[in-house]
Amino acid sequence: MSATPVSRRPAGHWSDRVVARLGRKFVIGVPMVFLLAVFALPFLVVFKISVSETDGVRFVDLLTWTEGVLQLKVRFSNYLYILFEDDLYLQAYLSSIKYAALTTAICLFIGYPFAYFMARSRPEIRPGLLMLVMLPFWTSFLLRVYAWKMLLADNGVFNNIAIALGLLDEPLKMMNTPFSLTLGMVYTYLPFMVLPLYANLVKMDIRLLEAARDLGATPWQAFWRITVPLSRGGIFAGALLVFIPCVGEFVIPELLGGPQTLMIGRVLWDEFFANNDWPMAASVAVVMVLLIIVPLALFNRYQAEQASGGKA
Amino acid sequence: MATNGNHKPGAGGTATTGQPFLRIQQVVKQFGDAVAVDGVTLDIAKGEIFALLGSSGCGKSTLLRMLAGFETPTSGQILLQGQDLVRLPPNERPVNMMFQSYALFPHMTVWDNVAFGLRRDGLPKDEIAAQVDKMLALVQLTPYAKRKPHQLSGGQQQRVALARSLAKKPQLLLLDEPLGALDKKLRERTQLELVDIIHQVGVTCVMVTHDQEEAMTMASRIGVMSHGQILQVGRPGDIYETPNCKFVADFIGSVNLFKGRLTVDEPDHVVIDSPECRHYVSHGITGTLGMDAYVAVRPEKIGIQADAPTAADYDNAAELGFNCARGTIRGLAYLGSSTTYHVALASGMVVKITKANDARHDEVRLAQGDTVHVWWWGSDVVVLTQ
Amino acid sequence: MKNPAGEFTSRVWLIASFLFLYLPIVTLIVLSFNASPLVTTWAGFSFKWYGELVRDSVIIEGFVLSLKIALMTATASVILGTFAAVALTKFPRFTGRTFFSGMVNSPLVMPEVIIGLSLLLMLVSLQRLTEDTFGVGFPERGTLTIWIGHTLLGMAYATVVVTSRLREMNPQLEEAALDLGAKPWQVFFLVTLPLISQSLASAWLLSFTLSLDDVVLSAFLSGPGSTTLPIAIFSRARLGLNPTVNAVATLTVLFVSIGVVAASLWMARVERRRAREMAAAVKN
Repeated sequence: MSATPVSRRPAGHWSDRVVARLGRKFVIGVPMVFLLAVFALPFLVVFKISVSETDGVRFVDLLTWTEGVLQLKVRFSNYLYILFEDDLYLQAYLSSIKYAALTTAICLFIGYPFAYFMARSRPEIRPGLLMLVMLPFWTSFLLRVYAWKMLLADNGVFNNIAIALGLLDEPLKMMNTPFSLTLGMVYTYLPFMVLPLYANLVKMDIRLLEAARDLGATPWQAFWRITVPLSRGGIFAGALLVFIPCVGEFVIPELLGGPQTLMIGRVLWDEFFANNDWPMAASVAVVMVLLIIVPLALFNRYQAEQASGGKA
Repeated sequence: MATNGNHKPGAGGTATTGQPFLRIQQVVKQFGDAVAVDGVTLDIAKGEIFALLGSSGCGKSTLLRMLAGFETPTSGQILLQGQDLVRLPPNERPVNMMFQSYALFPHMTVWDNVAFGLRRDGLPKDEIAAQVDKMLALVQLTPYAKRKPHQLSGGQQQRVALARSLAKKPQLLLLDEPLGALDKKLRERTQLELVDIIHQVGVTCVMVTHDQEEAMTMASRIGVMSHGQILQVGRPGDIYETPNCKFVADFIGSVNLFKGRLTVDEPDHVVIDSPECRHYVSHGITGTLGMDAYVAVRPEKIGIQADAPTAADYDNAAELGFNCARGTIRGLAYLGSSTTYHVALASGMVVKITKANDARHDEVRLAQGDTVHVWWWGSDVVVLTQ
Repeated sequence: MKNPAGEFTSRVWLIASFLFLYLPIVTLIVLSFNASPLVTTWAGFSFKWYGELVRDSVIIEGFVLSLKIALMTATASVILGTFAAVALTKFPRFTGRTFFSGMVNSPLVMPEVIIGLSLLLMLVSLQRLTEDTFGVGFPERGTLTIWIGHTLLGMAYATVVVTSRLREMNPQLEEAALDLGAKPWQVFFLVTLPLISQSLASAWLLSFTLSLDDVVLSAFLSGPGSTTLPIAIFSRARLGLNPTVNAVATLTVLFVSIGVVAASLWMARVERRRAREMAAAVKN
């Protein structure tokens, strides 16, 4: 065995260091440029358009230079209209927040036990259960929402079966009501609540509960004083993942909602597609973003904490 | 090297010819406000196995990572055969590391794992094959070449990791807690095997461990670290017999520390008075009369018996009356090959004594609660001033 | 859990919840075979709606377009998502990191009407700008614009999936590769990429499904002649109940179920093989 170690490493070429440094800029730069162009820039454009005048086809420039005078024309009339003149918009915003909050609460109520029991079930069946939860998620959400139309309609499955069984004399009006809307939203967003909760609960150390029981706590006490506080992170994530998108939800209110259920997503859609009023739609969008900016910021902070190995 | 109160010859280790093989010069590593490595200077000779020993958080792992290139020193120099390592990224250094978790590539076979580094060098295929086969034979894993890491036992995985880190014939081999993941029986066997292989290959090695037994068994020299600083460097025996401070004395093995004051200071002996007894130390020390000092005595150096020691027990008449005390056996533990006694002295101090059970039928069986005399020789103590 | 009352509640809640989740799907499947177009009456078992489906050019073309866009979206999302995931996990500090992280994560929760509207307005402005400057407007609303919008959404999901896998990976593996002489790009392709390959596949499937299913973004970003399948279904669904849609639904469920079950079985087989190998290794 040779006693003199000789390392035959090729001399480090300066180009390797350059490539490494460039590589870093490339890896960060590509997604950064894409996001700036496709996510950040559009928001600026939306804001600009919301305060622009339109002559029907083109947008008048905000800044104009005429005869030595630099003029900035910013039209806030849309915002004034939304906030102060027409009640509809404020009501729609409030109504959206109300339904989003209600949906979040119900999802938590149904989803927490769901996630809890899944996490406590035997380890062998857990992947199977998880697959069963994910399966509806992979099937088209549009089709599943549509299915509720069939189930809840006046001449739909529920009513027909109930009448046939003699439970009802005439069809129960379930469709196009706050009930059908909430049901549809809870149905669609339930997996978004269950999954983060499950991920959190399944990692919890069972021995903590055993220790609590050993020290005299009842199962109920152990649940409220140990399990729930430790799953705070999962509850938080799940709530945000449900609340924020629900505020601006469009498809479900459109298919399952009715005249009583005013949602801001539909207002925006109508402004754009029906009225073709782009500046107004843009203003509605800006106000909507301002509405959700606080939960959105909380969500981003949570994600960032998770990224740096943050709280449980 | 830290100062030592005794005149015993200090441990050497610096290469006698010109430059040392590996020179770590005043290396400091700061993470924000926290100082992980605080001005470490070490010279390591070619072919030796050097162990950095300390408890977790002492900076030994950070120092090792700086040698590997995964951390950059805040200040200081690292020279390998005169070549400045700090400006080289890890993939350009002639240094290879065996990781604590082995870090075997799970998606590659054992053969491919060992060949990985050689392939990066662009060596011709037949040379790579020859070297890989040689390495696998060295660690006795030739029949397992086509297996994947998860198909091997812990001990086998460790050997693959070793083969992989030796394949490129590095100038410096780094071991990060090499035996931490193995169970005790396997550890003892593997310690000697590892040393054997490293000597066979002849590579210079720096290892990091918190296990003093591991360091004492494997290393030719040990550096004891605490709070980012090297407290003492020396051969295992030297560090054990002549620690230079309380921390080192206590960290390696067990030690009994008597706190006292220097009352007699002669060139060939000193006397230190402590509440437990008067200590006669049969060598001179550097110090001033009246200063505080600690007397350190290892448990195996203390004798225990029912009767008071007589002149027959001491080989130096001057020591009679010194280095002994009376106490009661607080507890004892029979460990098979030896027995450990804890004796409570009048001052309240509990002394630990280890006695080999070398007589089949012991003359007098000592039991808990017995009154005993403990005594030791003045040449078996170390005086510590810090 | 050793208490029987708890076991019972647990089982009941789980079964009830799963029934809730699957009821609509089952209904769709059953009714797709109903000879009568009405939900009120069962007129016998029939494949007639599947026949109509085959002749329905809007749906068929929509499906082909959606499939095309979904394939493009999934691939682009995984690539961009992997870049973003690597940037976020490997580089703990870089300028604009918080901003970058915010942009990557926000599409996960941002209401699609906002994303759709803003992206569309930007693209239209861009189109007008290029028309004024170069005489040719780019981009035209259609497949390309839908693809861009879907990729933004898909990238957000892909980043989450890949980031979580990168974080669980033992960092010493990449250090070991560097230590053995690999250059950083070699480390990525030889060590990192093979080890995250499974999560890349899940990210691909996730983005693919999201794109195939998307209504709002597609509606905002589509142009004349680019009607995707969800848009077609949505228009019909708004108008009322339509039995061809049931047929589409059943087929979707069928394919997805086959896919998911096949994937689970394959993964189970891999696990069993691995366990056998481990047992054999330990014996030696």
